[in-house]
Amino acid sequence: MSASLPPIRSVASRRQVGVASERPWVRRLLTTIALAFVAMFLLVPLLLVFAEAFAKGPAAYFAAIIDDEALSAIRLTLLIAAIVVPLNFAFGVCAAWLLARYDFFGKSVLLALIDLPFSVSPVIAGLIFVLLFGAQGWFGPFLGDHGVSIIFAVPGIVLATAFVTFSLVAREVLAVMQAQGSAEEEAAFILGASGWQIFWHVSLPKIRWGVLYGVILCNARAMGEFGAVSVVSGHVRGQTNTMPLEVEILYNEYRFVGAFAVASLLTLLAVATLIFKKLVERAVSRQRRGAPAAGHALPFALPAQPTGGR
Amino acid sequence: MSVVVHGLSKRFGRQGEAAAATGVSFAAPTGHITSLLGPSGSGKSTVLRLIAGLEEPDEGRIEIDGSDCTTTPARARGVGFAFQSYALFDHMTVHDNIGFGLRIRKTGRAAIDAKVEELLSLVKLPGYGARYPSQLSGGQRQRIALARALAIRPKVLLLDEPFGALDARVRVELREWLSEFQTSTGVTTILVTHDQEEAFELSEHVVLLQDGKVVQSGTPHDLYDRPATPFVASFLGGANVLRGQIRDGRADMGSFAVAGPAGAENGASVQAFVRPQDIRLEKPTDEPIANVQLARIERMTRIGGNVKLAVRLGTGEAVTVQMAKGEVDGLGVEQGDRVMVDLKEAKVFVEDYTI
Repeated sequence: MSASLPPIRSVASRRQVGVASERPWVRRLLTTIALAFVAMFLLVPLLLVFAEAFAKGPAAYFAAIIDDEALSAIRLTLLIAAIVVPLNFAFGVCAAWLLARYDFFGKSVLLALIDLPFSVSPVIAGLIFVLLFGAQGWFGPFLGDHGVSIIFAVPGIVLATAFVTFSLVAREVLAVMQAQGSAEEEAAFILGASGWQIFWHVSLPKIRWGVLYGVILCNARAMGEFGAVSVVSGHVRGQTNTMPLEVEILYNEYRFVGAFAVASLLTLLAVATLIFKKLVERAVSRQRRGAPAAGHALPFALPAQPTGGR
Repeated sequence: MSVVVHGLSKRFGRQGEAAAATGVSFAAPTGHITSLLGPSGSGKSTVLRLIAGLEEPDEGRIEIDGSDCTTTPARARGVGFAFQSYALFDHMTVHDNIGFGLRIRKTGRAAIDAKVEELLSLVKLPGYGARYPSQLSGGQRQRIALARALAIRPKVLLLDEPFGALDARVRVELREWLSEFQTSTGVTTILVTHDQEEAFELSEHVVLLQDGKVVQSGTPHDLYDRPATPFVASFLGGANVLRGQIRDGRADMGSFAVAGPAGAENGASVQAFVRPQDIRLEKPTDEPIANVQLARIERMTRIGGNVKLAVRLGTGEAVTVQMAKGEVDGLGVEQGDRVMVDLKEAKVFVEDYTI
């Protein structure tokens, strides 16, 4: 090649590549900044939680976890999740079903309201329930007369948690349902299936990954919710303290190992959620591409043949 | 097992602002394929869904096999339905898809297995039972969907654009297959399609719909040779439209004059529909012949054994002509040449001023 060629060619190639043609050092600098940012704000705190939790050795760590109050907080958090997740699963699938399949009066209002728990501050969500069911609230005197306590008790925590995680399953399922249409349901209907059979044999298998995804997110949020729960719980140790609340109390009492030990459990939950979420996402995209989803091993090797259609 | 519908109407939208079907009546004879033909938005799919029970009619009556089933739920109507999108259950094997209707009816395992095997060989896909729909081609999926629809022994088979999502070659193959298949099963079939070739080839009885109304029904021959309205004439066969006036009982289009419609008033505006294959081209001659016009070939496109020609008439109107390749070669004409245009047949309608 002649000596005059390289500059001309580099101009031409830059024109072709267009926007993504920064000099290598610019690219390297940007990558470094991005990675440093992630390390600083995401990775270091994550590691710090474990470092602090184990600061006085594994014995202190495990002692902090099997502490009565910590155990009670763990039990309460699991109980709340066990109540709230099935509740929002049922609601979410019903709501998504209604919104995706039917046209009814008030549909746009329901669609807008379903996102309300997402847009309102959790503290306000908690306050709403205090104003409704608290001793000075609308229904407070009536409930008090009948010996039912909601605020500063487990029912209040369930309500507040259910409120903030309300839309997680519904949103995921709705997106999947809207993408799929309803011809399969109609086919099952004509073949003689009842509403329940259609739901069980056709609709639910179609949306199973969307449901699972929503349930994972819902569970993570239900276990980790702080603001709304903090307002309604009353912080009664050993009774109405969930794990996030326990972390705060322990920290404020300068019991760092205890605080970080409980926090480390929540962190593990977050990591497990991320891994699980990733696996489900992979299954979903595999299903979208048309291959049988995970759980259905291919019964035999595929002969080479055209796969057409969609 | 005939299907008869009387005055079927259906409106959509909250205030019923969109009429999908208005007073649709026709009869689908037992043991044959009846085609509901029309452009998209003509309401043909809506009519099929009304017959299936997937939609409720606002007015009208549906009879299957002589008994009124207008309010019968879909599952009790005894119909099989095939969708353009196949609507197979992707998470079930082919075997479970076909056996679904029987499983719902609590049929025994052995009976289901036997029926599925029988249907798989009927649709010429034996041994495919263990596969999933995603492992099949589009044409195979639609055949499985038909097998599934037939498993419950329907009185009537309803097909909604069954080959609409397939490519041209597979469509033609499946059309032949469906024709054989229907003859061997003898099940009364209603086919919805926008493809007139498909309708004409598969059925002896065609119902043509436009804007939710039946515009004409009859044999393909009836519709093609005696179109009832300008729409029918233009929809079937991609006709050229020439405008003119009635003069002395004849329709005079400036370049041509043909017999006008009976009872047309002198001076009334008319539209003449001329099919591309009803125009002949001849070598130019000097002496004038009745109904033959001098014209120029503007473009020639060879499509297989046929030649499509764009021809500009002396009056300035452009028409499309279709001739066999051999005929054109015999004429020895090329693009830009002058030719004589001979009109063999035209359908003339007095123009409707209400539009």
